[in-house]
Amino acid sequence: MAETATEIQGAPGTGESRRDFLLLTTTAVGAAGAALSLWPFVHSMNPAADVLALSSTEVDISPIEEGQSITVVWRGKPVFVRHRTAAEIETAGTDDAANLPDPQKDGERAEKPEWLVVLGICTHLGCIPLGQKSSEPRGEFGGWFCPCHGSHYDTSGRIRKGPAPRNLEVPPYAFTDDTTIKIG
Amino acid sequence: MSTSSFNNPVVKWIDERLPVFTMMQHSAVDYPTPKNLNYWWNFGSLAAFVLVIMLLTGIFLAMSYTPHVDHAFVSVERIMRDVNYGWLLRYLHMNGGSMFFIVVYIHMFRGMYYGSYKAPREILWIVGVFLILAMMATAFMGYVLPWGQMSFWGATVITNLFSAIPLVGQEIVTWLWGGFSVDNPTLNRFFSLHYLLPFVIVGLVVVHVWALHTVKSNNPTGVDIKGPEDTIPFHPYYTIKDFYGIGLFLIFYLAFVFYAPDFFGEPDNYIEANPMVTPAHIVPEWYFLPFYAILRAFTFDVLFIPAKLAGVIAMFASIILLAVLPWLDRSKARSARFRPMYKWFFWIFVLDCLVLGYIGAQAAEEPYVTIGQVATFYYFAHLLIIVPLVSKLENPRPLPESISAAVTKSDSE
Ligand code: HEM
Ligand code: FES
Repeated sequence: MAETATEIQGAPGTGESRRDFLLLTTTAVGAAGAALSLWPFVHSMNPAADVLALSSTEVDISPIEEGQSITVVWRGKPVFVRHRTAAEIETAGTDDAANLPDPQKDGERAEKPEWLVVLGICTHLGCIPLGQKSSEPRGEFGGWFCPCHGSHYDTSGRIRKGPAPRNLEVPPYAFTDDTTIKIG
Repeated sequence: MSTSSFNNPVVKWIDERLPVFTMMQHSAVDYPTPKNLNYWWNFGSLAAFVLVIMLLTGIFLAMSYTPHVDHAFVSVERIMRDVNYGWLLRYLHMNGGSMFFIVVYIHMFRGMYYGSYKAPREILWIVGVFLILAMMATAFMGYVLPWGQMSFWGATVITNLFSAIPLVGQEIVTWLWGGFSVDNPTLNRFFSLHYLLPFVIVGLVVVHVWALHTVKSNNPTGVDIKGPEDTIPFHPYYTIKDFYGIGLFLIFYLAFVFYAPDFFGEPDNYIEANPMVTPAHIVPEWYFLPFYAILRAFTFDVLFIPAKLAGVIAMFASIILLAVLPWLDRSKARSARFRPMYKWFFWIFVLDCLVLGYIGAQAAEEPYVTIGQVATFYYFAHLLIIVPLVSKLENPRPLPESISAAVTKSDSE
Protein backbone atom coordinates (compact mmCIF):
# COMPACT_ATOMS: atom_id res chain seq x y z
CA MET A 1 0.00 0.00 0.00
CA ALA A 2 2.56 2.54 1.11
CA GLU A 3 4.73 1.81 -1.87
CA THR A 4 1.97 2.25 -4.40
CA ALA A 5 0.88 5.43 -2.70
CA THR A 6 4.39 6.84 -2.83
CA GLU A 7 4.66 6.00 -6.48
CA ILE A 8 1.43 7.74 -7.32
CA GLN A 9 2.28 10.83 -5.30
CA GLY A 10 5.97 10.57 -6.10
CA ALA A 11 5.87 13.79 -8.11
CA PRO A 12 8.26 16.36 -6.63
CA GLY A 13 6.69 18.67 -4.11
CA THR A 14 3.41 18.40 -2.26
CA GLY A 15 2.61 14.74 -1.56
CA GLU A 16 5.97 13.54 -0.25
CA SER A 17 6.73 16.34 2.12
CA ARG A 18 3.27 16.20 3.60
CA ARG A 19 3.72 12.49 4.17
CA ASP A 20 7.15 13.06 5.73
CA PHE A 21 5.71 15.71 7.98
CA LEU A 22 2.92 13.43 9.16
CA LEU A 23 5.32 10.55 9.67
CA LEU A 24 7.77 12.69 11.63
CA THR A 25 5.21 14.32 13.89
CA THR A 26 3.47 11.01 14.55
CA THR A 27 6.77 9.39 15.42
CA ALA A 28 7.77 12.30 17.65
CA VAL A 29 4.46 12.33 19.54
CA GLY A 30 4.55 8.55 19.83
CA ALA A 31 8.12 8.54 21.14
CA ALA A 32 7.39 11.32 23.62
CA GLY A 33 4.32 9.45 24.82
CA ALA A 34 6.26 6.22 25.24
CA ALA A 35 9.01 8.06 27.12
CA LEU A 36 6.49 9.77 29.42
CA SER A 37 4.77 6.48 30.18
CA LEU A 38 8.04 5.32 31.76
CA TRP A 39 7.72 7.92 34.49
CA PRO A 40 5.22 6.04 36.69
CA PHE A 41 7.64 3.11 36.75
CA VAL A 42 10.61 5.28 37.60
CA HIS A 43 8.71 7.34 40.16
CA SER A 44 7.35 4.24 41.90
CA MET A 45 10.92 3.67 43.08
CA ASN A 46 11.09 7.07 44.81
CA PRO A 47 10.18 7.30 48.54
CA ALA A 48 6.54 6.39 49.07
CA ALA A 49 4.07 8.66 50.86
CA ASP A 50 4.43 6.87 54.19
CA VAL A 51 8.21 7.05 53.97
CA LEU A 52 7.98 10.73 53.13
CA ALA A 53 5.54 11.57 55.92
CA LEU A 54 8.03 13.71 57.71
CA SER A 55 8.33 12.15 61.10
CA SER A 56 9.91 14.30 63.72
CA THR A 57 11.74 13.19 66.80
CA GLU A 58 11.68 14.88 70.20
CA VAL A 59 14.78 14.59 72.33
CA ASP A 60 15.11 15.32 76.03
CA ILE A 61 18.60 16.70 76.35
CA SER A 62 18.64 17.35 80.08
CA PRO A 63 20.45 14.13 81.04
CA ILE A 64 23.38 14.79 78.67
CA GLU A 65 26.35 15.97 80.71
CA GLU A 66 28.83 18.44 79.38
CA GLY A 67 31.31 16.60 77.12
CA GLN A 68 28.84 13.78 76.46
CA SER A 69 27.00 12.89 73.28
CA ILE A 70 23.98 10.83 72.45
CA THR A 71 22.79 9.31 69.22
CA VAL A 72 19.10 9.48 68.36
CA VAL A 73 17.28 8.06 65.37
CA TRP A 74 15.48 10.36 62.97
CA ARG A 75 14.04 9.08 59.69
CA GLY A 76 16.06 5.92 60.11
CA LYS A 77 19.28 7.89 60.36
CA PRO A 78 21.52 8.51 63.36
CA VAL A 79 21.62 12.08 64.69
CA PHE A 80 24.48 13.10 66.95
CA VAL A 81 23.62 15.45 69.78
CA ARG A 82 26.74 16.65 71.57
CA HIS A 83 26.85 18.79 74.70
CA ARG A 84 30.07 20.63 73.94
CA THR A 85 32.58 21.71 76.53
CA ALA A 86 33.81 25.29 76.71
CA ALA A 87 37.11 24.17 75.17
CA GLU A 88 35.35 22.49 72.26
CA ILE A 89 33.24 25.58 71.59
CA GLU A 90 36.38 27.69 71.74
CA THR A 91 38.29 25.58 69.14
CA ALA A 92 35.24 25.42 66.92
CA GLY A 93 35.20 29.22 66.97
CA THR A 94 38.88 29.77 66.34
CA ASP A 95 38.79 27.16 63.56
CA ASP A 96 36.32 29.36 61.69
CA ALA A 97 39.44 31.00 60.34
CA ALA A 98 41.20 27.74 59.51
CA ASN A 99 41.55 26.38 56.00
CA LEU A 100 38.21 24.58 55.67
CA PRO A 101 37.32 22.36 52.68
CA ASP A 102 33.64 23.27 53.14
CA PRO A 103 33.77 26.73 54.79
CA GLN A 104 31.07 27.40 57.34
CA LYS A 105 31.11 29.34 60.64
CA ASP A 106 30.43 27.44 63.85
CA GLY A 107 27.74 30.02 64.60
CA GLU A 108 25.84 28.98 61.47
CA ARG A 109 25.94 25.34 62.52
CA ALA A 110 24.81 25.47 66.15
CA GLU A 111 21.66 27.23 67.42
CA LYS A 112 23.13 27.34 70.89
CA PRO A 113 26.92 27.00 71.19
CA GLU A 114 26.69 24.28 73.89
CA TRP A 115 24.62 22.01 71.66
CA LEU A 116 25.79 20.64 68.38
CA VAL A 117 23.22 18.61 66.42
CA VAL A 118 24.44 16.91 63.24
CA LEU A 119 23.51 13.92 61.11
CA GLY A 120 25.85 11.07 62.05
CA ILE A 121 26.46 10.15 58.44
CA CYS A 122 29.83 10.60 56.82
CA THR A 123 29.42 12.76 53.73
CA HIS A 124 31.86 10.54 51.88
CA LEU A 125 30.02 7.26 51.44
CA GLY A 126 27.67 7.18 54.37
CA CYS A 127 29.40 5.32 57.20
CA ILE A 128 28.74 6.36 60.80
CA PRO A 129 31.76 8.23 62.15
CA LEU A 130 33.24 7.24 65.50
CA GLY A 131 33.59 9.61 68.44
CA GLN A 132 30.23 9.45 70.19
CA LYS A 133 31.68 7.48 73.09
CA SER A 134 34.74 8.77 74.89
CA SER A 135 36.41 5.41 74.24
CA GLU A 136 36.22 5.94 70.49
CA PRO A 137 38.75 7.81 68.36
CA ARG A 138 37.72 11.37 67.56
CA GLY A 139 40.27 12.06 64.84
CA GLU A 140 42.89 14.77 64.60
CA PHE A 141 40.44 17.59 65.17
CA GLY A 142 38.64 16.32 68.24
CA GLY A 143 35.22 15.82 66.66
CA TRP A 144 34.56 12.57 64.86
CA PHE A 145 36.59 10.11 62.84
CA CYS A 146 35.17 7.98 60.05
CA PRO A 147 37.02 4.65 59.97
CA CYS A 148 35.77 3.65 56.54
CA HIS A 149 38.14 5.76 54.49
CA GLY A 150 39.66 8.03 57.11
CA SER A 151 37.66 11.29 57.27
CA HIS A 152 38.33 13.65 60.20
CA TYR A 153 35.62 16.04 61.47
CA ASP A 154 36.17 18.87 63.96
CA THR A 155 34.22 19.89 67.06
CA SER A 156 31.74 21.68 64.83
CA GLY A 157 31.29 18.56 62.66
CA ARG A 158 33.15 20.19 59.79
CA ILE A 159 35.25 18.10 57.45
CA ARG A 160 38.93 18.85 57.96
CA LYS A 161 40.85 15.97 56.45
CA GLY A 162 40.13 12.88 54.35
CA PRO A 163 37.97 12.03 51.35
CA ALA A 164 34.61 13.37 52.57
CA PRO A 165 33.64 16.48 50.59
CA ARG A 166 31.20 18.21 52.96
CA ASN A 167 30.61 18.97 56.62
CA LEU A 168 28.34 16.70 58.62
CA GLU A 169 24.86 17.89 57.74
CA VAL A 170 22.85 19.86 60.29
CA PRO A 171 19.27 18.55 60.26
CA PRO A 172 16.35 20.96 60.72
CA TYR A 173 15.71 21.23 64.48
CA ALA A 174 14.38 23.66 67.04
CA PHE A 175 14.46 24.02 70.82
CA THR A 176 10.89 23.59 72.04
CA ASP A 177 12.08 24.52 75.53
CA ASP A 178 15.40 24.68 77.32
CA THR A 179 15.77 20.93 77.64
CA THR A 180 13.95 19.58 74.57
CA ILE A 181 14.78 19.70 70.89
CA LYS A 182 12.54 18.66 68.07
CA ILE A 183 14.32 17.28 65.05
CA GLY A 184 12.54 17.45 61.69
CA MET B 1 24.13 -29.74 8.48
CA SER B 2 21.09 -31.23 6.77
CA THR B 3 17.41 -30.39 7.14
CA SER B 4 15.64 -33.05 9.13
CA SER B 5 17.98 -35.95 8.67
CA PHE B 6 16.48 -37.34 11.85
CA ASN B 7 15.14 -40.86 11.86
CA ASN B 8 12.90 -40.70 14.87
CA PRO B 9 9.46 -39.75 13.49
CA VAL B 10 8.55 -37.56 16.47
CA VAL B 11 11.83 -35.67 16.29
CA LYS B 12 11.39 -35.34 12.56
CA TRP B 13 7.81 -34.09 12.92
CA ILE B 14 8.82 -31.42 15.41
CA ASP B 15 11.94 -30.42 13.55
CA GLU B 16 10.06 -29.77 10.32
CA ARG B 17 7.84 -27.33 12.19
CA LEU B 18 10.36 -25.84 14.64
CA PRO B 19 13.94 -26.77 13.82
CA VAL B 20 15.18 -27.04 17.40
CA PHE B 21 16.93 -30.32 16.75
CA THR B 22 18.65 -28.98 13.67
CA MET B 23 19.80 -26.03 15.74
CA MET B 24 21.15 -28.27 18.49
CA GLN B 25 22.83 -30.49 15.91
CA HIS B 26 24.46 -27.40 14.40
CA SER B 27 25.66 -25.74 17.57
CA ALA B 28 26.52 -28.61 19.89
CA VAL B 29 27.36 -31.56 17.66
CA ASP B 30 28.63 -30.58 14.22
CA TYR B 31 29.98 -27.17 15.25
CA PRO B 32 33.48 -27.16 13.74
CA THR B 33 35.95 -26.36 16.50
CA PRO B 34 39.69 -25.70 16.17
CA LYS B 35 41.47 -28.92 16.95
CA ASN B 36 44.17 -27.32 19.10
CA LEU B 37 42.14 -25.74 21.94
CA ASN B 38 43.85 -26.04 25.33
CA TYR B 39 42.30 -26.18 28.79
CA TRP B 40 41.91 -22.40 29.00
CA TRP B 41 39.06 -22.90 26.53
CA ASN B 42 37.13 -24.87 29.17
CA PHE B 43 36.19 -21.83 31.18
CA GLY B 44 33.37 -20.66 28.94
CA SER B 45 31.38 -23.85 29.37
CA LEU B 46 32.32 -23.83 33.07
CA ALA B 47 30.79 -20.37 33.42
CA ALA B 48 27.58 -21.59 31.80
CA PHE B 49 27.58 -24.54 34.19
CA VAL B 50 27.98 -22.27 37.23
CA LEU B 51 25.19 -20.04 35.93
CA VAL B 52 22.83 -23.01 35.88
CA ILE B 53 23.83 -23.92 39.44
CA MET B 54 23.21 -20.33 40.56
CA LEU B 55 19.78 -20.27 38.96
CA LEU B 56 18.81 -23.60 40.45
CA THR B 57 20.04 -22.97 43.99
CA GLY B 58 18.78 -19.37 43.88
CA ILE B 59 15.24 -20.29 42.88
CA PHE B 60 15.03 -22.84 45.69
CA LEU B 61 16.57 -20.44 48.24
CA ALA B 62 13.98 -17.84 47.25
CA MET B 63 11.25 -20.26 48.34
CA SER B 64 12.45 -19.94 51.94
CA TYR B 65 13.76 -16.41 51.94
CA THR B 66 11.84 -13.33 53.16
CA PRO B 67 12.86 -9.94 51.74
CA HIS B 68 11.91 -7.81 54.73
CA VAL B 69 14.30 -6.01 57.07
CA ASP B 70 12.67 -7.64 60.11
CA HIS B 71 12.79 -11.16 58.71
CA ALA B 72 15.55 -11.44 56.10
CA PHE B 73 18.40 -12.29 58.49
CA VAL B 74 16.27 -14.73 60.47
CA SER B 75 14.95 -16.37 57.30
CA VAL B 76 18.52 -17.01 56.13
CA GLU B 77 19.38 -18.47 59.56
CA ARG B 78 16.31 -20.66 59.23
CA ILE B 79 17.50 -21.80 55.80
CA MET B 80 20.79 -22.76 57.48
CA ARG B 81 19.26 -24.63 60.42
CA ASP B 82 15.71 -25.76 59.73
CA VAL B 83 15.09 -26.02 56.00
CA ASN B 84 16.01 -29.49 54.70
CA TYR B 85 19.35 -29.17 52.96
CA GLY B 86 18.97 -25.41 53.24
CA TRP B 87 22.59 -25.18 54.36
CA LEU B 88 23.64 -26.98 51.20
CA LEU B 89 21.60 -24.77 48.90
CA ARG B 90 22.94 -21.65 50.56
CA TYR B 91 26.57 -22.75 50.64
CA LEU B 92 26.33 -23.82 47.00
CA HIS B 93 24.89 -20.41 46.14
CA MET B 94 27.35 -18.38 48.25
CA ASN B 95 30.42 -20.20 47.02
CA GLY B 96 28.94 -20.47 43.54
CA GLY B 97 29.08 -16.69 43.35
CA SER B 98 32.81 -16.74 44.09
CA MET B 99 33.38 -19.62 41.65
CA PHE B 100 31.50 -17.71 38.97
CA PHE B 101 33.91 -14.81 39.27
CA ILE B 102 37.01 -17.03 39.40
CA VAL B 103 35.89 -18.82 36.25
CA VAL B 104 34.89 -15.67 34.38
CA TYR B 105 38.02 -13.73 35.34
CA ILE B 106 40.16 -16.60 33.99
CA HIS B 107 37.95 -16.66 30.89
CA MET B 108 38.62 -12.93 30.37
CA PHE B 109 42.37 -13.17 30.91
CA ARG B 110 42.40 -16.05 28.44
CA GLY B 111 40.79 -13.72 25.89
CA MET B 112 43.39 -11.06 26.60
CA TYR B 113 46.32 -13.47 26.26
CA TYR B 114 45.21 -15.06 23.00
CA GLY B 115 43.83 -11.85 21.48
CA SER B 116 40.34 -13.31 21.26
CA TYR B 117 38.82 -9.81 21.34
CA LYS B 118 40.28 -8.89 17.96
CA ALA B 119 38.41 -8.84 14.66
CA PRO B 120 36.10 -10.52 13.92
CA ARG B 121 35.27 -11.17 17.59
CA GLU B 122 34.70 -7.58 18.80
CA ILE B 123 30.98 -7.97 19.44
CA LEU B 124 31.50 -11.30 21.14
CA TRP B 125 33.99 -9.57 23.46
CA ILE B 126 31.73 -6.55 24.09
CA VAL B 127 28.82 -8.81 25.02
CA GLY B 128 31.27 -10.35 27.48
CA VAL B 129 31.90 -6.94 29.04
CA PHE B 130 28.13 -6.52 29.47
CA LEU B 131 28.03 -9.97 31.05
CA ILE B 132 30.61 -9.14 33.70
CA LEU B 133 28.78 -5.88 34.49
CA ALA B 134 25.48 -7.75 34.86
CA MET B 135 27.19 -10.36 37.05
CA MET B 136 28.61 -7.66 39.28
CA ALA B 137 25.23 -5.99 39.71
CA THR B 138 23.64 -9.36 40.48
CA ALA B 139 26.27 -10.38 42.99
CA PHE B 140 26.21 -6.99 44.70
CA MET B 141 22.45 -7.13 45.21
CA GLY B 142 22.56 -10.78 46.24
CA TYR B 143 25.05 -9.98 48.97
CA VAL B 144 22.58 -7.48 50.46
CA LEU B 145 19.82 -10.09 50.82
CA PRO B 146 21.02 -11.90 53.98
CA TRP B 147 20.87 -8.48 55.71
CA GLY B 148 24.02 -8.86 57.76
CA GLN B 149 26.29 -6.00 58.76
CA MET B 150 28.40 -6.27 55.61
CA SER B 151 25.27 -6.55 53.49
CA PHE B 152 23.93 -3.33 54.94
CA TRP B 153 27.12 -1.30 55.00
CA GLY B 154 28.34 -2.55 51.65
CA ALA B 155 25.02 -1.49 50.18
CA THR B 156 25.26 1.88 51.92
CA VAL B 157 28.76 2.62 50.70
CA ILE B 158 28.18 1.44 47.13
CA THR B 159 24.82 3.16 46.63
CA ASN B 160 26.33 6.34 48.06
CA LEU B 161 28.85 6.26 45.20
CA PHE B 162 26.09 7.68 43.03
CA SER B 163 25.88 10.77 45.22
CA ALA B 164 29.11 11.81 43.51
CA ILE B 165 27.16 12.56 40.32
CA PRO B 166 26.96 16.34 40.01
CA LEU B 167 23.65 18.14 40.68
CA VAL B 168 21.31 15.14 40.82
CA GLY B 169 23.51 12.73 42.82
CA GLN B 170 21.53 12.87 46.07
CA GLU B 171 18.21 12.54 44.23
CA ILE B 172 19.51 9.45 42.45
CA VAL B 173 20.61 7.87 45.71
CA THR B 174 17.22 8.57 47.31
CA TRP B 175 15.60 7.03 44.26
CA LEU B 176 17.81 3.93 44.47
CA TRP B 177 16.98 3.55 48.17
CA GLY B 178 13.31 4.43 47.93
CA GLY B 179 13.86 6.30 51.19
CA PHE B 180 16.44 8.25 53.12
CA SER B 181 18.73 5.37 53.91
CA VAL B 182 19.19 1.74 52.90
CA ASP B 183 15.99 0.27 54.33
CA ASN B 184 13.09 -2.04 53.60
CA PRO B 185 12.22 -0.57 50.18
CA THR B 186 15.87 -1.04 49.18
CA LEU B 187 15.92 -4.68 50.28
CA ASN B 188 12.68 -5.37 48.41
CA ARG B 189 13.84 -3.94 45.12
CA PHE B 190 17.25 -5.59 45.41
CA PHE B 191 15.53 -8.94 45.80
CA SER B 192 13.33 -8.25 42.79
CA LEU B 193 16.35 -7.27 40.68
CA HIS B 194 18.53 -10.08 42.02
CA TYR B 195 15.89 -12.48 40.77
CA LEU B 196 15.57 -10.72 37.42
CA LEU B 197 19.18 -10.09 36.44
CA PRO B 198 20.34 -13.72 36.20
CA PHE B 199 17.75 -14.20 33.46
CA VAL B 200 19.08 -11.13 31.69
CA ILE B 201 22.47 -12.85 31.98
CA VAL B 202 21.01 -15.97 30.37
CA GLY B 203 19.81 -13.79 27.48
CA LEU B 204 23.22 -12.20 27.11
CA VAL B 205 24.84 -15.64 27.15
CA VAL B 206 22.62 -16.67 24.24
CA VAL B 207 23.77 -13.61 22.26
CA HIS B 208 27.38 -14.32 23.32
CA VAL B 209 27.23 -17.88 22.00
CA TRP B 210 25.38 -16.80 18.86
CA ALA B 211 28.21 -14.37 18.09
CA LEU B 212 30.74 -17.11 18.89
CA HIS B 213 29.15 -19.58 16.51
CA THR B 214 29.03 -16.93 13.80
CA VAL B 215 32.75 -16.12 13.98
CA LYS B 216 33.93 -19.47 15.44
CA SER B 217 36.36 -20.01 18.29
CA ASN B 218 39.80 -18.47 18.41
CA ASN B 219 42.62 -20.89 19.29
CA PRO B 220 46.03 -20.84 20.99
CA THR B 221 47.84 -19.91 17.77
CA GLY B 222 45.41 -17.09 17.03
CA VAL B 223 45.51 -18.13 13.39
CA ASP B 224 42.20 -18.31 11.49
CA ILE B 225 40.56 -21.61 10.62
CA LYS B 226 41.60 -22.18 6.99
CA GLY B 227 39.87 -25.45 6.19
CA PRO B 228 38.29 -28.63 7.52
CA GLU B 229 41.74 -30.04 8.37
CA ASP B 230 41.98 -27.38 11.11
CA THR B 231 38.80 -28.39 12.94
CA ILE B 232 37.11 -31.29 14.67
CA PRO B 233 33.39 -31.58 15.43
CA PHE B 234 32.37 -30.25 18.84
CA HIS B 235 30.83 -33.58 19.74
CA PRO B 236 32.30 -35.86 21.00
CA TYR B 237 35.70 -34.20 21.24
CA TYR B 238 34.86 -31.06 23.16
CA THR B 239 31.72 -32.29 24.89
CA ILE B 240 33.86 -34.88 26.63
CA LYS B 241 36.61 -32.38 27.36
CA ASP B 242 34.12 -29.88 28.80
CA PHE B 243 32.59 -32.57 31.00
CA TYR B 244 36.02 -33.55 32.22
CA GLY B 245 36.63 -29.89 33.07
CA ILE B 246 33.33 -29.75 34.94
CA GLY B 247 34.44 -32.79 36.94
CA LEU B 248 37.68 -31.17 38.00
CA PHE B 249 35.90 -27.92 38.72
CA LEU B 250 33.33 -29.66 40.94
CA ILE B 251 36.11 -31.09 43.09
CA PHE B 252 37.49 -27.61 43.62
CA TYR B 253 34.07 -25.99 44.17
CA LEU B 254 32.66 -28.65 46.49
CA ALA B 255 35.83 -28.70 48.56
CA PHE B 256 34.90 -25.17 49.60
CA VAL B 257 31.21 -25.93 49.97
CA PHE B 258 31.82 -28.87 52.30
CA TYR B 259 35.09 -28.09 54.03
CA ALA B 260 35.47 -24.29 54.08
CA PRO B 261 32.05 -22.85 53.27
CA ASP B 262 32.78 -19.45 54.78
CA PHE B 263 36.25 -19.11 53.28
CA PHE B 264 35.19 -16.35 50.91
CA GLY B 265 32.80 -14.72 53.38
CA GLU B 266 33.06 -12.10 56.10
CA PRO B 267 32.31 -13.03 59.73
CA ASP B 268 30.58 -9.65 60.17
CA ASN B 269 27.83 -10.80 57.85
CA TYR B 270 26.64 -13.21 60.52
CA ILE B 271 25.73 -10.18 62.64
CA GLU B 272 22.33 -8.76 61.76
CA ALA B 273 22.36 -5.39 59.99
CA ASN B 274 22.44 -2.46 62.42
CA PRO B 275 21.96 0.94 60.79
CA MET B 276 23.38 2.63 63.91
CA VAL B 277 26.78 0.89 63.99
CA THR B 278 29.31 0.74 61.18
CA PRO B 279 31.73 -2.22 61.33
CA ALA B 280 35.32 -1.15 61.91
CA HIS B 281 36.52 -2.41 58.57
CA ILE B 282 34.19 -2.53 55.59
CA VAL B 283 35.37 -4.71 52.74
CA PRO B 284 33.47 -5.77 49.66
CA GLU B 285 33.43 -9.36 48.42
CA TRP B 286 36.84 -10.43 47.13
CA TYR B 287 35.86 -10.20 43.47
CA PHE B 288 35.21 -6.47 43.83
CA LEU B 289 38.47 -5.68 45.62
CA PRO B 290 40.54 -4.54 42.58
CA PHE B 291 37.79 -2.12 41.61
CA TYR B 292 37.37 -0.96 45.20
CA ALA B 293 41.12 -0.21 45.25
CA ILE B 294 40.75 1.88 42.09
CA LEU B 295 37.83 3.74 43.67
CA ARG B 296 39.84 4.57 46.76
CA ALA B 297 43.02 5.51 44.88
CA PHE B 298 41.57 8.94 44.14
CA THR B 299 42.33 10.84 47.33
CA PHE B 300 42.94 14.02 45.34
CA ASP B 301 40.92 16.13 42.90
CA VAL B 302 41.65 15.56 39.20
CA LEU B 303 41.58 18.98 37.49
CA PHE B 304 38.06 20.23 38.21
CA ILE B 305 36.69 16.79 39.13
CA PRO B 306 36.37 16.26 42.89
CA ALA B 307 38.17 13.22 44.31
CA LYS B 308 34.99 11.28 45.11
CA LEU B 309 33.60 11.66 41.58
CA ALA B 310 36.99 10.89 40.02
CA GLY B 311 37.16 7.62 41.96
CA VAL B 312 33.69 6.61 40.85
CA ILE B 313 34.42 7.44 37.20
CA ALA B 314 37.71 5.54 37.31
CA MET B 315 36.08 2.50 38.85
CA PHE B 316 33.41 2.23 36.15
CA ALA B 317 35.91 3.18 33.43
CA SER B 318 38.23 0.37 34.48
CA ILE B 319 35.64 -2.14 33.27
CA ILE B 320 33.97 -0.23 30.45
CA LEU B 321 37.36 0.56 28.92
CA LEU B 322 37.77 -3.16 28.24
CA ALA B 323 35.04 -2.83 25.61
CA VAL B 324 37.31 -0.75 23.37
CA LEU B 325 40.31 -3.07 23.76
CA PRO B 326 39.84 -4.39 20.19
CA TRP B 327 40.63 -0.92 18.92
CA LEU B 328 43.44 -0.16 21.36
CA ASP B 329 45.41 -3.21 20.26
CA ARG B 330 46.46 -2.78 16.64
CA SER B 331 48.77 -5.80 16.45
CA LYS B 332 48.28 -8.12 13.48
CA ALA B 333 49.08 -11.16 15.59
CA ARG B 334 46.32 -12.32 17.94
CA SER B 335 48.02 -14.78 20.23
CA ALA B 336 50.63 -13.65 22.77
CA ARG B 337 52.55 -16.80 21.83
CA PHE B 338 53.84 -14.87 18.85
CA ARG B 339 54.10 -11.52 20.60
CA PRO B 340 57.42 -11.42 22.51
CA MET B 341 56.82 -8.00 24.11
CA TYR B 342 53.08 -8.13 24.75
CA LYS B 343 53.47 -11.49 26.49
CA TRP B 344 55.44 -9.87 29.30
CA PHE B 345 53.15 -6.90 29.64
CA PHE B 346 50.21 -9.28 29.83
CA TRP B 347 51.67 -11.01 32.87
CA ILE B 348 52.57 -7.69 34.50
CA PHE B 349 48.95 -6.66 33.99
CA VAL B 350 47.74 -9.84 35.69
CA LEU B 351 50.09 -9.11 38.58
CA ASP B 352 48.84 -5.52 38.73
CA CYS B 353 45.25 -6.76 39.05
CA LEU B 354 46.30 -9.06 41.90
CA VAL B 355 48.09 -6.18 43.65
CA LEU B 356 44.95 -4.06 43.29
CA GLY B 357 42.96 -6.89 44.80
CA TYR B 358 45.31 -7.09 47.77
CA ILE B 359 45.24 -3.32 48.29
CA GLY B 360 41.44 -3.28 48.12
CA ALA B 361 41.35 -5.40 51.26
CA GLN B 362 43.70 -3.16 53.29
CA ALA B 363 42.79 -0.20 55.46
CA ALA B 364 43.08 3.24 53.86
CA GLU B 365 46.52 4.02 55.27
CA GLU B 366 50.15 4.11 54.11
CA PRO B 367 51.89 2.43 52.41
CA TYR B 368 48.75 0.88 50.90
CA VAL B 369 47.35 4.16 49.60
CA THR B 370 50.45 4.91 47.53
CA ILE B 371 50.79 1.35 46.26
CA GLY B 372 47.12 1.44 45.28
CA GLN B 373 47.64 4.68 43.39
CA VAL B 374 50.62 3.32 41.49
CA ALA B 375 48.77 0.11 40.65
CA THR B 376 45.72 2.09 39.53
CA PHE B 377 47.88 4.24 37.31
CA TYR B 378 49.48 1.14 35.82
CA TYR B 379 46.07 -0.44 35.16
CA PHE B 380 45.03 2.46 32.97
CA ALA B 381 48.51 2.89 31.50
CA HIS B 382 48.44 -0.75 30.38
CA LEU B 383 45.18 -0.35 28.51
CA LEU B 384 45.62 3.17 27.17
CA ILE B 385 49.37 3.48 26.58
CA ILE B 386 51.21 0.16 26.71
CA VAL B 387 48.83 -1.95 24.60
CA PRO B 388 48.58 0.56 21.71
CA LEU B 389 52.30 1.32 21.85
CA VAL B 390 53.48 -2.28 22.03
CA SER B 391 51.25 -3.22 19.11
CA LYS B 392 53.10 -0.57 17.09
CA LEU B 393 56.65 -1.24 18.27
CA GLU B 394 56.71 -5.00 18.54
CA ASN B 395 57.68 -7.34 15.74
CA PRO B 396 55.54 -10.46 16.08
CA ARG B 397 57.25 -13.78 15.48
CA PRO B 398 56.31 -15.45 12.18
CA LEU B 399 52.83 -16.92 12.40
CA PRO B 400 52.27 -20.56 11.48
CA GLU B 401 50.69 -21.25 8.12
CA SER B 402 47.63 -22.82 9.63
CA ILE B 403 46.38 -24.47 12.78
CA SER B 404 47.16 -27.96 11.50
CA ALA B 405 50.63 -26.86 10.36
CA ALA B 406 51.30 -25.46 13.83
CA VAL B 407 50.01 -28.56 15.57
CA THR B 408 52.11 -30.98 13.54
CA LYS B 409 55.15 -28.77 13.99
CA SER B 410 54.85 -28.40 17.76
CA ASP B 411 54.48 -32.19 17.98
CA SER B 412 57.93 -32.60 16.49
CA GLU B 413 59.44 -29.84 18.66
C1 HEM C 1 24.00 -14.71 38.22
C2 HEM C 1 23.92 -15.56 39.15
C3 HEM C 1 23.85 -15.19 40.61
C4 HEM C 1 24.82 -14.64 41.41
C5 HEM C 1 26.23 -14.21 40.97
C6 HEM C 1 24.28 -14.56 42.76
C7 HEM C 1 24.96 -14.08 43.89
C8 HEM C 1 24.48 -14.09 45.19
C9 HEM C 1 25.24 -13.77 46.35
C10 HEM C 1 26.72 -13.34 46.36
C11 HEM C 1 24.42 -13.91 47.44
C12 HEM C 1 24.80 -13.70 48.93
C13 HEM C 1 25.04 -15.02 49.61
C14 HEM C 1 25.28 -14.85 51.08
O1 HEM C 1 26.23 -14.15 51.47
O2 HEM C 1 24.50 -15.41 51.83
C15 HEM C 1 23.13 -14.29 46.97
C16 HEM C 1 22.02 -14.51 47.78
C17 HEM C 1 20.78 -14.89 47.33
N1 HEM C 1 20.43 -15.18 46.03
FE1 HEM C 1 21.67 -15.12 44.40
N2 HEM C 1 22.99 -15.04 42.76
C18 HEM C 1 22.69 -15.43 41.47
C19 HEM C 1 21.48 -15.95 41.04
C20 HEM C 1 20.32 -16.06 41.82
C21 HEM C 1 19.03 -16.49 41.33
C22 HEM C 1 18.70 -16.88 39.89
C23 HEM C 1 18.17 -16.46 42.38
C24 HEM C 1 16.70 -16.82 42.30
C25 HEM C 1 15.82 -16.07 42.77
C26 HEM C 1 18.90 -16.03 43.56
C27 HEM C 1 18.38 -15.90 44.86
C28 HEM C 1 19.11 -15.53 45.98
C29 HEM C 1 18.57 -15.48 47.33
C30 HEM C 1 17.13 -15.81 47.76
C31 HEM C 1 19.62 -15.07 48.17
C32 HEM C 1 19.55 -14.83 49.71
C33 HEM C 1 19.82 -16.07 50.49
C34 HEM C 1 21.26 -16.19 50.93
O3 HEM C 1 21.81 -15.25 51.46
O4 HEM C 1 21.83 -17.28 50.76
N3 HEM C 1 20.21 -15.79 43.18
N4 HEM C 1 23.18 -14.41 45.58
S1 FES D 1 32.46 6.83 54.38
FE1 FES D 1 33.47 8.02 55.82
S2 FES D 1 35.41 8.20 54.98
FE2 FES D 1 34.37 7.07 53.45
